[in-house]
Amino acid sequence: MQTAHDILAPMARDRAAAAIEAHDLVKTYPGGVRALDGLGFAVEAGTVFGLLGPNGAGKTTTVKILTTLSRPDAGRARVADLDVLRQPDQVRRLIGVVAQRSGVDREATGRENLTLQGLVHGLRGRELRRRVAELLERFGLAEAADRVVGGYSGGMQRRLDIALGLVHRPRVLFLDEPTTGLDPEVRAGLWEEIARLATGEGLTILLTTHYLEEADRLASRLAIVDRGRVVVEGTPDGLKRELRGDTVQVELAAPAPDGRVRGALDRLATVREATVEGRSLRARSDSGATAVPSLLAALESAGVKVASVTVARPSLDDVYLRHTGRAFGQADEEAP
Amino acid sequence: MTTTLSHSWFMTWRHLRNLARQPWWIAITLVQPIIWLLLFGAVFKATVDIPGFAADSYVDFLTPGIVVMTALFSGGWAGMGVIEDLNRGVVDRFLVSPAHRGALIAGRLIQLAIVSLVQSLIVIVLGLLLGARFPGGPLGLLALVTISSLLGAAIGALSNGMALLARKEETVIAASNFILLPLTFLSSAFMQRDLIPGWVQQVARFNPVDWTVQAGREALGTQTDWGFVLARFGWLLALAVVCAWLATRAFRSYQRSV
Repeated sequence: MQTAHDILAPMARDRAAAAIEAHDLVKTYPGGVRALDGLGFAVEAGTVFGLLGPNGAGKTTTVKILTTLSRPDAGRARVADLDVLRQPDQVRRLIGVVAQRSGVDREATGRENLTLQGLVHGLRGRELRRRVAELLERFGLAEAADRVVGGYSGGMQRRLDIALGLVHRPRVLFLDEPTTGLDPEVRAGLWEEIARLATGEGLTILLTTHYLEEADRLASRLAIVDRGRVVVEGTPDGLKRELRGDTVQVELAAPAPDGRVRGALDRLATVREATVEGRSLRARSDSGATAVPSLLAALESAGVKVASVTVARPSLDDVYLRHTGRAFGQADEEAP
Repeated sequence: MTTTLSHSWFMTWRHLRNLARQPWWIAITLVQPIIWLLLFGAVFKATVDIPGFAADSYVDFLTPGIVVMTALFSGGWAGMGVIEDLNRGVVDRFLVSPAHRGALIAGRLIQLAIVSLVQSLIVIVLGLLLGARFPGGPLGLLALVTISSLLGAAIGALSNGMALLARKEETVIAASNFILLPLTFLSSAFMQRDLIPGWVQQVARFNPVDWTVQAGREALGTQTDWGFVLARFGWLLALAVVCAWLATRAFRSYQRSV
């Protein structure tokens, strides 16, 4: 017979291991925009969890709720074993937040920004000065420490943002689109920093991004968010593996009627899940290379001209397409 | 309590430091009250010739009015700083930290009071140079400066609260323009009380600007009724506390909107 203990014990264990839990979060903004529509996920302590989705999917709203800035209309959330809605003051002591909008004081120097943030978190005197110096060094800002932030480059400012979120050695760090708007080189540098954070100090990180590559590279688990809901959750590799086989992408010479292209491919046994968007045709195949000749032949006999063909291992882009029915770039453009 | 106080001081320091780094802002802030005193003093010079006007020189009469007006205007525009911090995400950063909400407002108000103090001293020194005489002496001047700073803080708190509710630069500008000058002229700042129209006198009784001007003039006069000055001080203190509380509450409204 199952006892109450048997039922409760696994739940208790799950809770202890989860640094962030969100359940059925619902949030509607004035004007009826439903930003969150029953969103939920859990993040194991000491891991990097990615929330991946196009602009307007609800990622930032989720972060605002979990960091106590905003309140949901319905649902529950826990961060570092505290109820976000009932114990916001305690939560604020244990979290570091790097918001999408920087939030640095542009008239103050890097050192002054970090010092004020440390003071607010209760650090004082020598301990504070040492922590500030340590962070300036670690994020490559030692030289610019006493310059006013208004003169920093985008990458420097972003590194300072992250340092600000770490002053008080938080248990959970929120990174909301940390590399949006940065040059590719700066972005790569920042990825290294973030990856290093994750491996040190046992920090739990929630990362939101609309860069598939970023989620793929940094997150050990991720949830794909679309229209205020989690559509699928898993490890990046697991999600890709689920798709089986390769992605065959065909660029058509001219936009072709959807029906004609699909009609041509329906008869082929070697490819499946074909979708057409404008001039771009995507399909899945167990073995891409051997499917290409028959695919091309089928298209040609249907009178569809082909510009190029690529065969690739599945990417998160494919995962996104599979679960939302839309290509990632397209969803991003649709966003308000 | 000690956290609130120390956080208030951190925020005050932040605002003062940031102001000190904007030389143009300092120049305008310091020069503007000087212009007002010189300009109004020249334009309304003939006021002393009006039958029934008690003061011998208009500068004697005008200087406390300009001190109060300067504090009022500094307070009225204080919301612009909140808007800038909202737009930059600075407010959000502090709201998700243990920073005390009351301190976020208090820091701005203390900074405002300190700036008002400096502006008032400049106006008073200039008034003295122009030949103004204040029988109330240093104690009277101290009372004037204190009570004006309190008015500035009260209006500044309202302006901060409004900025958090409206969250738009245009709204704060429009509201400040709409309110500040009428508040100034619906008082005895520039004209002796019994020489202004009856209905303005009636309205002025409810105008904190008039409370401040009257108390300031009383403190600078020959036979000061300190009971009157203290009563007005009490009203303004109550107003400032209520406004600061409202402004702190406005964070909740802001958080509901994000």
